Amino acid sequence: MALLKTVDLGVAFGGLKALSGLDLELEAGELVGLIGPNGAGKTTVFNLLTGEFAPSQGEILFDGRRLGHLKPHQVNRLGIARTFQNIRLFRGLTVVENVEVALHARMAPGFLATLFRLPAWYEREAAVEARALELLELMGLRPYARQLARNLPYGLQRRLEIARALASRPKLLLLDEPAAGMNPQESRALMELIRAIRERFQLTILLIEHDMSVVMGVCERIVVLDHGVEIARGTPEEIRRNPRVIEAYLGEEASADAS
Amino acid sequence: MVRRYLRAGNLAVCALLVATFLAGQVAIASGWLNPYYQVQLFSMGINVILAVSLNLINGFTGQFSLGHAGFMAVGAYTAAVATTRWGLPFAAAVLLAAAASAVMGLLVGVPTLRLRGDYLAIATLGFGEILRSILYNVDYVGGATGLLGIPRLTTWPWLFALTVVTVLAVKNLVNSTRGLALKAVRDDEIAAEDAGVDTTRTKVLAFVLGAVFAGIGGALYAHYFFVIQPTTFSFLKSFEILVYVVLGGLGSITGSVVSATALTLLSAALQQLAALRMVLYGLVLVLLMIFRTGGLFGTWELSFEAIGQAWAWLFHRRPPAGDRAPLTAAASSPGSATLPDLPEVTRDGAPQDR
Amino acid sequence: MTAILQQIVNGLSLGSIYALIALGYTMVYGIIKLINFAHGDIYMVGAYVAFFAVTLLSMNLGVALLLAMLAAALTGVLIERIAYRPLRNAPRIAALITAIGVSFILENGGILVLKPDPRAFPDPIRWRQIRLMGGSLVLSTQDLFIVGVTVAMMLLLVYFVQRTRTGRAMRAVAYDMQAAALMGVDVNRTIAVTFAVGSALAAVAGVLVGLYYNRIDPLMGLVPGLKAFIAAVLGGIGSIPGAMLGGYLLGVIEALVGGTQFSLFRDAVSFALLILILLVRPAGLLGRNVREKV
Ligand SMILES: Nc1ncnc2c1ncn2[C@@H]1O[C@H](COP(=O)(O)OP(=O)(O)OP(=O)(O)O)[C@@H](O)[C@H]1O
Ligand SMILES: [Mg+2]
Repeated sequence: MALLKTVDLGVAFGGLKALSGLDLELEAGELVGLIGPNGAGKTTVFNLLTGEFAPSQGEILFDGRRLGHLKPHQVNRLGIARTFQNIRLFRGLTVVENVEVALHARMAPGFLATLFRLPAWYEREAAVEARALELLELMGLRPYARQLARNLPYGLQRRLEIARALASRPKLLLLDEPAAGMNPQESRALMELIRAIRERFQLTILLIEHDMSVVMGVCERIVVLDHGVEIARGTPEEIRRNPRVIEAYLGEEASADAS
Repeated sequence: MVRRYLRAGNLAVCALLVATFLAGQVAIASGWLNPYYQVQLFSMGINVILAVSLNLINGFTGQFSLGHAGFMAVGAYTAAVATTRWGLPFAAAVLLAAAASAVMGLLVGVPTLRLRGDYLAIATLGFGEILRSILYNVDYVGGATGLLGIPRLTTWPWLFALTVVTVLAVKNLVNSTRGLALKAVRDDEIAAEDAGVDTTRTKVLAFVLGAVFAGIGGALYAHYFFVIQPTTFSFLKSFEILVYVVLGGLGSITGSVVSATALTLLSAALQQLAALRMVLYGLVLVLLMIFRTGGLFGTWELSFEAIGQAWAWLFHRRPPAGDRAPLTAAASSPGSATLPDLPEVTRDGAPQDR
Repeated sequence: MTAILQQIVNGLSLGSIYALIALGYTMVYGIIKLINFAHGDIYMVGAYVAFFAVTLLSMNLGVALLLAMLAAALTGVLIERIAYRPLRNAPRIAALITAIGVSFILENGGILVLKPDPRAFPDPIRWRQIRLMGGSLVLSTQDLFIVGVTVAMMLLLVYFVQRTRTGRAMRAVAYDMQAAALMGVDVNRTIAVTFAVGSALAAVAGVLVGLYYNRIDPLMGLVPGLKAFIAAVLGGIGSIPGAMLGGYLLGVIEALVGGTQFSLFRDAVSFALLILILLVRPAGLLGRNVREKV
């Protein structure tokens, strides 16, 4: 059975149909790319999957459960974690604390134990910290653990977002343009990392990315959106040759050149 | 197991607390501290409780409440009714006050915490005023005259113990994983939700806990100053508590303690000139926001680690350790802004601004 | 029935005051998203300037009113320049705290300078009572005057905002400050003008309330300031007709509540209304909703 399945999923803002009629199916362990020109509705898909928006049509089935009416934190606890296109770190917290926030739901000590520092508190806190540092190590962020997140260089902030997402032990990881603003070298390294964490955590990944070389290189399947509707799906090879995709992107490149 | 609690730092804190307590006890019992200064001392303790509990809501959780005086009023009235009308012992009155404020915190928090920033501020202010208007009109609690002849049951041990419990409980909370959830809500509510933090519950929790301590502060107040009236708890009182918190630093317990103490002394010195004091408070707020948003202390906290680092830096010219011991508060430089950004202003970490 | 009608009539004067103050709140909030807590105190400044102009300088009321408007406008602009402009890009809570600080300074500075005691506001006009419906409905020419001045002010304001260059600039800045700046709008000047206009309107309210209650004091802006803010939220903050509607609605509701046995709960009702509207329809009656982008 598919890990994630959306049926006729859509949402409208006022008159604007940001997404409509999306049927998406992800098998466990897949790495699927979600692409499309600016404003195509990619981030909107993530916002629907995570419960940020309530769908105005269709439904979402994840791991045998219906989402759609759940709040983001409930979705997160069921096993979907995400990163954001415009980085959203807890800027006043340190790097390790950013990860610990995501561990909070599963691992935080009880309220009274916290207020009065009961013995249980010490054990749990130590476990939380150890786990957070482990994740930082994995993402190559260990040396920055005690720095404020807002002082990290941009590329590392993106990595920290991934570390934070991993901390909630997702089954499905949603990455929204993780390589944005990186140079080709950095983004290649990031893709290696993404492949590695997929193996290690047995993740299913849905990846939004504008850098075509990255998407084509790393994804097994690709879904293409334009103006809120799916216009193509298939292997990277098929997508590369799909005339509708080329048209959608040529339209965009023409306007991108103009600006 | 026990050794964990017997660390040098904890022992030193305990010794310091015991010494402070005994010093206060002796100073009061021997009459060395005259009644005028005793009043200041008790006001300090109560104001510290109010400031620290408001900081939990406004500073650490980033929910801008202007209704703290309302919670204080609930505690004060509940406790006063409990002792004067129902003849309950003070301990029971304090507990009742805490419970009543908690309920009030829940009643106010659940609907209003959906609001953000300035709208939340104005809604909590509104709740405080509604409550006051009700107190004004209920004869059982004395209407406009308020409750008179409340026995002076707030003794030094009570004041000291409850102040210490408040400060330590809030400190323990904010310096823990649960406290991180509060700060995550403050820094970015959407990201916090998506990281599995139940933001609604977290906010309500902070609000209720803040209300509980404010209620305890109110109970102490009522049983020290004999009289409580609705006018005592107007939104101007909330503003005053806000001044303590903002001056000390939204997000610094140390700051709240220091500024509540200092401003209590200042207002004692300016007792004849209440208006002048308020003008000064106004200037403090304006100047702080323009020149030092983080208040005096930013998010800095006094701790033995901090003292140790200062010591090392002063006498050995060693830079502060990069990788501090786990579980210490994240101390950014004082003065850094910790004000919650409002969501309408889209936050972007776009590459061009690095 | 006529009793209710009478309460509504009574509410119109109070509603006018709220509406005039609410206009300033709404304009300032619309343009820089700040709850200008000091706005109620500007109304106090206006009332005092007119008071001294009439009593000390024996000016006639019309001239005194103009002087009060001018002084209030200057005060508003000065406050914006000194206290709010440095915080334009700071978190909005910082500006809100500053506004609370400014209001402390004005209120208590007022107590220090003007003495805390209320003063009797001189009323040179001889008002008359008009009896309608067989004498059961009493209307004062003063009520008519207050409502008339208020409506005239609002019409002037609408004309100003809709038809003049500066007014258009105000709307542009309110809509998108950055874009307006890029289009060559002088943002600082536009915001200053907004404060000037809003403050001048508050001064009008101050003078009217002086005539209405015949007394003014340094803390007179505290409660009406909050009420006017409620009115602005009720009508839809950022909307000029909304502020008028909200002001009159609140004035009438307060008068109606005041006429029942729950009259002592008048303030509670107003604040409850505020909370209700914030929860149910935060954009207010005439406002538009905006959603956060993820
Ligand atoms: N909260 C919202 N309210 C109103 N409209 C929205 C909202 N979120 C997205 N939209 C609109 O929906 C459309 C799709 O937006 P979305 O962010 O999903 O695009 P995208 O494919 O992620 O584009 P990009 O590559 O620029 O990130 C856009 O027209 C956008 O303006
Ligand atoms: Mg996007």
